[in-house]
Amino acid sequence: MDKVRHNKGAAIILLLPAIILFVSIIIIPIICSGYYSLTEWDGIRDKVFIGFSNYRELFEGEVLRGSIKNMLLLALCAVGIQLPLALVFAILISGGIKGEKMYMTVFFIPVMLSTVVIGQLWLKIYNPSHGLLNGILSMIGLENYADSWLGNQGKVLAAVFVPMIWQYVGYHMLLMYAGIKSINSEIIEAAKIDGANGFQIACRITIPMLMPVLEVCTIFAVTGAFKSFDLIYILTGGGPAHASEVPSTLMFTEIFQKNHYGVGSAIAIFIILICFTSAIIIKRIFKRWEV
Amino acid sequence: MKEKIAKKIKHIILIIWLVLCIFPLYWLLAFSLKNNNEIFNGNPLALPKVWQFENYKSAMSVGNVLVYFRNSIFVTALTIVIVIITSVMASYALSRLIFVGRKMLNILFVLGLTIPIHAALLPVFLILQKIGFLNSYASLIIPYSAFALSMAILICNSFMAGIPYELEDAACIDGCGTLGIFFRVIVPLMRPALSTIAIFTFLQAWNELMFATVFISDSQHRTLTVGIQTLAGTYSTNWGPIGAALAIATFPTIVVYLFMSNKVQQSLIAGAVKG
Repeated sequence: MDKVRHNKGAAIILLLPAIILFVSIIIIPIICSGYYSLTEWDGIRDKVFIGFSNYRELFEGEVLRGSIKNMLLLALCAVGIQLPLALVFAILISGGIKGEKMYMTVFFIPVMLSTVVIGQLWLKIYNPSHGLLNGILSMIGLENYADSWLGNQGKVLAAVFVPMIWQYVGYHMLLMYAGIKSINSEIIEAAKIDGANGFQIACRITIPMLMPVLEVCTIFAVTGAFKSFDLIYILTGGGPAHASEVPSTLMFTEIFQKNHYGVGSAIAIFIILICFTSAIIIKRIFKRWEV
Repeated sequence: MKEKIAKKIKHIILIIWLVLCIFPLYWLLAFSLKNNNEIFNGNPLALPKVWQFENYKSAMSVGNVLVYFRNSIFVTALTIVIVIITSVMASYALSRLIFVGRKMLNILFVLGLTIPIHAALLPVFLILQKIGFLNSYASLIIPYSAFALSMAILICNSFMAGIPYELEDAACIDGCGTLGIFFRVIVPLMRPALSTIAIFTFLQAWNELMFATVFISDSQHRTLTVGIQTLAGTYSTNWGPIGAALAIATFPTIVVYLFMSNKVQQSLIAGAVKG
């Protein structure tokens, strides 16, 4: 058996396809991006090595700073609104309520929808003249509150965040629900006998025991917010006047509309780094909370 | 009494969210069957007065939605097959065989989980451009496979951990070599993991927009995501056919999901918790 496990030839054969895929599509491109980010390049003329100038230029510019602010705000909303909503639903549903199965299934439907479909659907919901939102507002006599939503610099960010948060509540709820179900029911029974009410059980038992799941959810929510591209690209493309810009949409415009390959690559590297570090930081924070 | 009220409040909260989840879909279905006049001037919440099935016809004929749908199925299916084959193979080596650098490789694949797809966009685009692979199915299938690989390997590893070593030892005594054990013992036992991997990969590949937008520009190879984007651009004032296209893109997946929602949910839980 030892010989079988030490079979180098077999190991190479088994690993080769995965390694080729991984190295050629992920590792080498990241190294390339890192290199491009240090050059000035429009894709046609030769690359000119300029060191960290792209990064300096980016961080001194208003646009990237604004986009980082939006990104952080989105992450904050994901953690502060999406996760609590998911947690409340998960606790309510897992507490032996009628229609448990149905709620679970339906709450998860938005996760199954393609982001493009959601984007196009919400474009129509927000449409200033024929959209659902303004239509409902005027039906209930609030036509004064009708708005151009995605065209309004002050409201566009909130308008974009709503579908983003809406889509993934079900996903986090599913993970939390599974976590709650795996808590030993005897503990909860014991608390009930001791006279604890539902709220106390949730705060003192369910949530503390759910910490590992909450950690996973927080990492998903935060890195998901940092990576988010599709919905913003579809709904606004980052506009109007960069009001809903996030780093990924900025990267996309820099590369494919302005041919600023160097600057775009610098943003790509920034996104990788911030996803990485945030995951590590969240792990650290949760470690301190877990007993 | 108090408990009854609490229960009612619970249901009210849940039902509000339930409506928020379903309502956009109802609205989509309703306006996909309306003509422009009814969409723009009628009650937005009402069912269509005259059912406009022509919307679906024009979405399919002029809008090419069926072609996009077929492309999406093809790209997604092939991605799933590639991911399953490569991840099961790699996972066996990574979790059962002994060789130098095993630990480092494992860490490398786990790190792949946090790498956003943006990182590869420009370099992969430039490579594809250079070798003339833009506007091909492969230009999507290969990157999708690579980015789904990390998750798939993690899922495989956790399933692999549940396979007792004794089975391999027994097969070895019966005269199986390493690859023999892999194909005759491990592969059949990994079947439960495959659906989990397939569901994860499906969600990723079916919905991907960024690569598909950049790498595909001809209508022949467009996947649903890009196809709908272009369709919405060309028909921006004619909502009915867009609605129909969105419905065609959406409801098959929803129906499949409703039939196997249990399996889907369990798979996603397994993937997230173990990953």
